[in-house]
Amino acid sequence: MKTILKQVTILNPEQKLNQKNDLLIEDGIIIRIGNLKESDFKSAEVLDFENKYCVPGLFDMHVHLREPGREDEETIVTGSNAAAAGGFTGIACMPNTNPDIDSAEIVRFIKEKAKNHLVDVYPVAAATLSRKGEALSPMFELFEAGAVAFSDDGVAIKNAEMLRNVLEYSKNFGTPVIEHCEDESMADGVMNEGFISTSLGLPGIPNVAEDLIVMRDIMLSEFTGGKVHIAHISSKNSVELVRQAKKRGINVTAEVAPHHFTLTDESLKSYNTNYKMNPPLRSRADVDAIVAGLKDGTIDCIASDHAPHAIEEKEMEFIYAPNGIIGLETQFGLVMSELVNKKHLSLSQAIEKLSINPRKILNLPVPEIKEGETANLTIIDPDLIWTVDIAKFKSKAKNSPFDKRLLTGKSVAVINNKKIYYESKFRSI
Amino acid sequence: MDIKAKIIDEEGLNRTLTRLAHEILEKNKGSKNLVLIGMRTRGEFIAERIKQKITEIDKSEPNYGVLDITLYRDDFRTRLKQPEISVTNITIDLNDRDIILIDDVLYTGRTVRAALDALMDLGRPNSIQLCVLIDRGHRELPIKADFIGKNIPTSINEEVRVKIKETDGEDSVYLVNAPTKN
Amino acid sequence: MSLSNRHLLGLNGVPIEDIQLILDTATTFREVLERPIKKVPTLQGKTIVNLFFEDSTRTRISFELAQKRLSADTVNSTSSSSVKKGETFKDTVRNIEAMKVDMIIVRHKSAGVPQYLTRISKANIINAGDGLHEHPTQGLLDMYSIKERLGRLEGLNVCIVGDVAHSRVALSNIYGLKTMGAKVSVCAPATMIPMGIESLGVKIYTNIDEAIKRNDVLNILRIQLERNAGTRIPSLREYHNYFGITSERIEKNNKEILILHPGPINRGVEISSEVADGPYQVILDQVTNGVAVRMAVLYLLGTMH
Repeated sequence: MKTILKQVTILNPEQKLNQKNDLLIEDGIIIRIGNLKESDFKSAEVLDFENKYCVPGLFDMHVHLREPGREDEETIVTGSNAAAAGGFTGIACMPNTNPDIDSAEIVRFIKEKAKNHLVDVYPVAAATLSRKGEALSPMFELFEAGAVAFSDDGVAIKNAEMLRNVLEYSKNFGTPVIEHCEDESMADGVMNEGFISTSLGLPGIPNVAEDLIVMRDIMLSEFTGGKVHIAHISSKNSVELVRQAKKRGINVTAEVAPHHFTLTDESLKSYNTNYKMNPPLRSRADVDAIVAGLKDGTIDCIASDHAPHAIEEKEMEFIYAPNGIIGLETQFGLVMSELVNKKHLSLSQAIEKLSINPRKILNLPVPEIKEGETANLTIIDPDLIWTVDIAKFKSKAKNSPFDKRLLTGKSVAVINNKKIYYESKFRSI
Repeated sequence: MDIKAKIIDEEGLNRTLTRLAHEILEKNKGSKNLVLIGMRTRGEFIAERIKQKITEIDKSEPNYGVLDITLYRDDFRTRLKQPEISVTNITIDLNDRDIILIDDVLYTGRTVRAALDALMDLGRPNSIQLCVLIDRGHRELPIKADFIGKNIPTSINEEVRVKIKETDGEDSVYLVNAPTKN
Repeated sequence: MSLSNRHLLGLNGVPIEDIQLILDTATTFREVLERPIKKVPTLQGKTIVNLFFEDSTRTRISFELAQKRLSADTVNSTSSSSVKKGETFKDTVRNIEAMKVDMIIVRHKSAGVPQYLTRISKANIINAGDGLHEHPTQGLLDMYSIKERLGRLEGLNVCIVGDVAHSRVALSNIYGLKTMGAKVSVCAPATMIPMGIESLGVKIYTNIDEAIKRNDVLNILRIQLERNAGTRIPSLREYHNYFGITSERIEKNNKEILILHPGPINRGVEISSEVADGPYQVILDQVTNGVAVRMAVLYLLGTMH
């Protein structure tokens, strides 16, 4: 079966590609790139993608899939569907499931469940058993089964000594340690600490709770030579710490979630639990620092921290409601609307942070757009204006603060594993 | 205000109040056990005037208080505007007293009903007598005044407006056409 | 005259006219409370639910008395959070709503619950304390008590002393008093002063003598042992020695000062017994005024169209 992507602009900063061509795909393989002849079009399905971009498939390295354990909130399949709808061909899923991803069986279970999907699912395994920070997880076994990184996400690795061991042990296979940076003793709050939390009467979490652990992790990375990846960075000082660490050649990378460059703690004035997340939404100054960090490369990539929760759980009183929002299906639109259209990032830089850098951090091959390669592609329309509608989400969960928000830029199709997701349907290609 | 007629002028009002003071004294055999209670807002000033008259005639000042009946109204659910509330000022014990309840106009009787309830919550008087400047008819409750300044039969489309110097700058009573309700 | 909002969620943003109206109306009810029969029929036929998810004997009794004295039908529910029962909060409230209630008085450990109720219920909502946020009727009764004693609020210097960071009374006082033209300050060890409070236009004292000297009124907050005060002050003894209000301190610094305390009092901690029972305080007046102010709020909301 042949498919032609007609007059699409091929953009891959990694290959220095930015050209308008036809692209012929057969059995999931890129057969030809160039200007095709009339005769070629007759025997193939033609998708006219004029004014659209074809980029290496997007990758979200921070997703919570909830399976095993809370399949009522999200499953590996529904989460993967949401990823495809959001423009992603690959995701990394975090280990705070029930049970935690701390045994090879669970890694294999996830790989098995994800096997026939368009979207590739790469498990991130727990760094310590049950993410308790007391004993190392069987990292060799986990790596061999397919884990691409280690993390106690939900919390930081409990103490410095344990983190040191995790970093040293993981040097054996070069995987990064993904850290949720938050000092446990200062993390009792439910929102950013500051004037807004004071005026709302909600207990706060100060920026410094994040900064302390970012600093600890950077220093231990330097000390051990291990690879630290700072998840969902949210504070101004943390961005500066990462910037300085990189200057000194320390092996540290960082990601940010779209809500942390889009929203501030002002949003909590409505007490809407869809604005409750951890790290919390910070101040305007923090948002500005994050945008600056994205621009100068301090922040390597953008990841959603997609965190599905059941409606009944989010509808609790504010202090009892769980943290987190879903983000797979709004992420690309927010990057375009908040960063590219506001000229903070070029489209190429956005693709680096959404496709190329996350794969490099996880030591995964970056898809190439060239003849003979497997087609792992996302087709994006940077100018499409659309309204977020949670009712149409592929995710099982609906906990998004972005419902009814007008966004510019959307993925229109994804292609991977001999499948295409286009016009809300999966089929073979 | 769409005036149809001036019913009582300043001099007339003064004479009427003097007569009412005499009638009250006569019926109650003096002012010793009396408590004059004026109903906010105009009844308050009429009561004040009657108090002065009684003081002149009887050479002793009768007890006096002001009653606000807002909390006892029966029309909270139907009124369009929230009524303004003000303070009841009755400092003496009402038990076993003869109370003269004083208001400007007696109409449906509902205000008087509310006032009776309010007074009962303040004590157990010996008697309560009702004194009004104008009785315009159209009663909705079985209530009758003991002392009446003037009976003025009115139609339902008319209203009686009592003006008192203390609040309105003049002493007089007018018959007016009721403002049309939209 | 009517209030501009059909709920009382807090004093933040409540216009001066509304506060004035509530305080004026409370005067009427203060008179009713002096009568042999302290009851008027005003709210006959209205159903009010006191929804207390966090226990508070005093506030609940005060509200309940206010309701009974206005002849409303009242029901009390003192339950812990719905989370423990596995029912969502929304379902709990929807159930109560289905029983056709006119007004809900709510106290909850989580800030924002009263605001949330206004989105899912048609009843008038009165906040009786939400988390560390607001306790508007307490703020109103404090203002009423100050005004009753000093004749005004405008231009007064009022200092809130104690664990401001863990108080719902402090914010309501700050918002209300500032609207009424008073100057508000706080005085406490820095561990008890919440971040950014100066952005509300509040001066910070860390020396209690200074605070007594420069203010007309002190509103003394309870040191809440149950709220983990231990990590923010070394001991009650030390707090008392450096921030406790004693007659020596008052006599040394300012004999004209007026002392308020929302209760319950920790004698010998934030306030000495001598002061708590002495000539400077209006602590029991506050309790009486609390019923009058709550009657005023219930009346104004309950008879609104």
